[in-house]
Amino acid sequence: MSDSPSKSPQESPYSSSNEAVRAELSEIDASIRSAALFFVISAISWLMLGTIFALLAAFKAHEPDFAGTFEFLTFGRVRSAHLNAMALGWGNNIIFAVGLWIMARLCRAPIHHKGILLIAGIFWNIGLSVGIFGILRGDITSVEWLEIPHYATPLLVISYALIGVWGVMAFRFRKGDHVYVSQWYILAALFWFPWLYVVAQIMIIWFPARGVVQSVTNWWFAHNVLGLWLTPMALATAYYLIPKVLGRPIYSYYLSVLGFWALAIFYNWAGVHHLIGGPIPVWLISAGIVASVMMVIPVIVVGINHHMSVVGLHKEVWRSPTLRFVVFGAISYTLVSLIGSAMALRTVNQITHFTHFTVGHAHHGVYAFFTMIMFGGVYYMMPRLLKREWPSAGLIKIHFWCCAIGITIMVVALQVGGWIQGLEMNNAEIPFLETVQNTIPWLKARSVSGIFLTVGHVAFAINFFWMLFAAGAVRAKQGPTLLDDSKEGGIA
Amino acid sequence: MKNLPLLFCGIFFALAFSFTGLILTSNIQLGSLTQTTEMLVPSDADPSIMVMAEGEPLFPTKPVGLAQQGKEVYISMGCMYCHSQQVRRADFGADIDRGWGPRQTVARDYILQERVLLGTMRTGPDLVHVGGRPLNADWHHLHLYNPQITSKGSTMPPYAFLYETREIDGAPATDALQFPPNSEYGPEPGYEVVPTRRAKALVEYLLSLKINYSLPEAPILE
Repeated sequence: MSDSPSKSPQESPYSSSNEAVRAELSEIDASIRSAALFFVISAISWLMLGTIFALLAAFKAHEPDFAGTFEFLTFGRVRSAHLNAMALGWGNNIIFAVGLWIMARLCRAPIHHKGILLIAGIFWNIGLSVGIFGILRGDITSVEWLEIPHYATPLLVISYALIGVWGVMAFRFRKGDHVYVSQWYILAALFWFPWLYVVAQIMIIWFPARGVVQSVTNWWFAHNVLGLWLTPMALATAYYLIPKVLGRPIYSYYLSVLGFWALAIFYNWAGVHHLIGGPIPVWLISAGIVASVMMVIPVIVVGINHHMSVVGLHKEVWRSPTLRFVVFGAISYTLVSLIGSAMALRTVNQITHFTHFTVGHAHHGVYAFFTMIMFGGVYYMMPRLLKREWPSAGLIKIHFWCCAIGITIMVVALQVGGWIQGLEMNNAEIPFLETVQNTIPWLKARSVSGIFLTVGHVAFAINFFWMLFAAGAVRAKQGPTLLDDSKEGGIA
Repeated sequence: MKNLPLLFCGIFFALAFSFTGLILTSNIQLGSLTQTTEMLVPSDADPSIMVMAEGEPLFPTKPVGLAQQGKEVYISMGCMYCHSQQVRRADFGADIDRGWGPRQTVARDYILQERVLLGTMRTGPDLVHVGGRPLNADWHHLHLYNPQITSKGSTMPPYAFLYETREIDGAPATDALQFPPNSEYGPEPGYEVVPTRRAKALVEYLLSLKINYSLPEAPILE
């Protein structure tokens, strides 16, 4: 492991070989171990369940008769079960694990009363299970990203509040002056998410606002789940892990500041671009388009900052399981965001709106960016929580390649297919049924991509539970598990 | 960054701006929209003010009875994940050219709906005006029972679980599905397929979806 070249441990708590600092981090790790393990286990369980729902939905999209006699597996429900299992099951649980762990470490504040955190986590997952059961049972709300029926959401809100407050408490009792960029993102996201969720629940489900105000609220919420919750958490993780693994600080502090504030200011206006052409006032849509295009600023800034931080160290990136995933995610962030800004332009949106292009775009963001970075976070966090190494480098490689290839196939298939679908749909001379049939080959390609992703997830889960339960069988290793045979040392 | 009050304020105001700008402001602009007549007329007292014409019917109207229950079925089946309910203006997409509605839909069209299902996906066609298209209840029932009967090659799933197949007891039921001759999807001889209450409600809802009225801000142009 290389030393931090430019800053002393005091100034740079995120990259240190100082014994005292390492001991302190170890103590913090111990304080959050049980809760973080619970969240990771829950996250991976939801990931597997969500993958099954995804495969069913993907397959049914081109074979509509498949399992067609089961009402609870009808497409509208199973795709919604997939979305919620992935967003609130995998996404939130892994954020609670990785995000809170990073926050505690950066604040150098051990977690106290971890029993409450654990119980809140258990209730979060109970609430979510009830919610997803409700979706399949037919109590789905048919409000995008808010499908969970009303009887489950209060439990989710309360458990979230009890979990989120732990991140804020860690921040409140932090040691040292320096507040690192990851802490801004995590603190902000922990604050933004409940605001968005509660407003959306009240204005759409509990006391429905009049007419299309619901739709505006819906997309303000839904787009911000990505923009102000998943994105800041993934960026915080990348900002934490890149300097940690490479042992050198982030390229530019000022770019971090600019990237953070530009994201905070612009992202939360962008969601209205999901309603372009719709029955809402045009000024709202224009505001959404402007904000979407302005997102180019934080995206380019963060992209430059991340790129300059890893430049010249590509070999190290490739050898580290953590960074291989994180850098894949960081590159995807730049790509997906620039595509997203383009999709908000009226001329482009006229074609991509209402098509599979948007579905591809959503997976590009939530999977290729967010999920890949969180995989990297798990690869870094687990050895430090469990004090043992990943059992199999081979399984990590399978995980990486299947996910990388799978998500690439999915995004390309849905976006090419979606673009053609949009062009054909806007040409009234082509019968609608013909445009539907022309999407089928692309939807089949998506099912193939789903098989790749499934294999990747299974490899990940095997490696994880192997590491967790079969400690005795895992050969005591010298140094971390790396992804090539080089004899040099390194950090996972 | 060391200026923490600034950090907190920034985090708060960032979201407060869009919450105010998008949510509260649109609520102010749209939250008090009411029903109106198809055309406005100059007021008797002051001809420069346009008012609702007296005695004319008000639009949009509220779906009632079975149709309202059908909307619950529509919601519980997740239909909106493949079917939008909005028509874009004439030169933006081909919504009107495809016959999905005679005019673009506007905010006022949705004011009486407790749950607005605009939708963002058109795996299937838009349905905001499906009740105004030349498709009757028999067609909808066959299509829901198995879309392949009416739309060969469709990717819509069958909703046969909303129907009951039973032995014909005496005379066939009046609401039994009328399958095309020799249809491979029809029941065995001596059996019939009848819609459940949920299927009837859903079809009633679909038939109630109509944009067959003008609004002052969105007239139907002949």
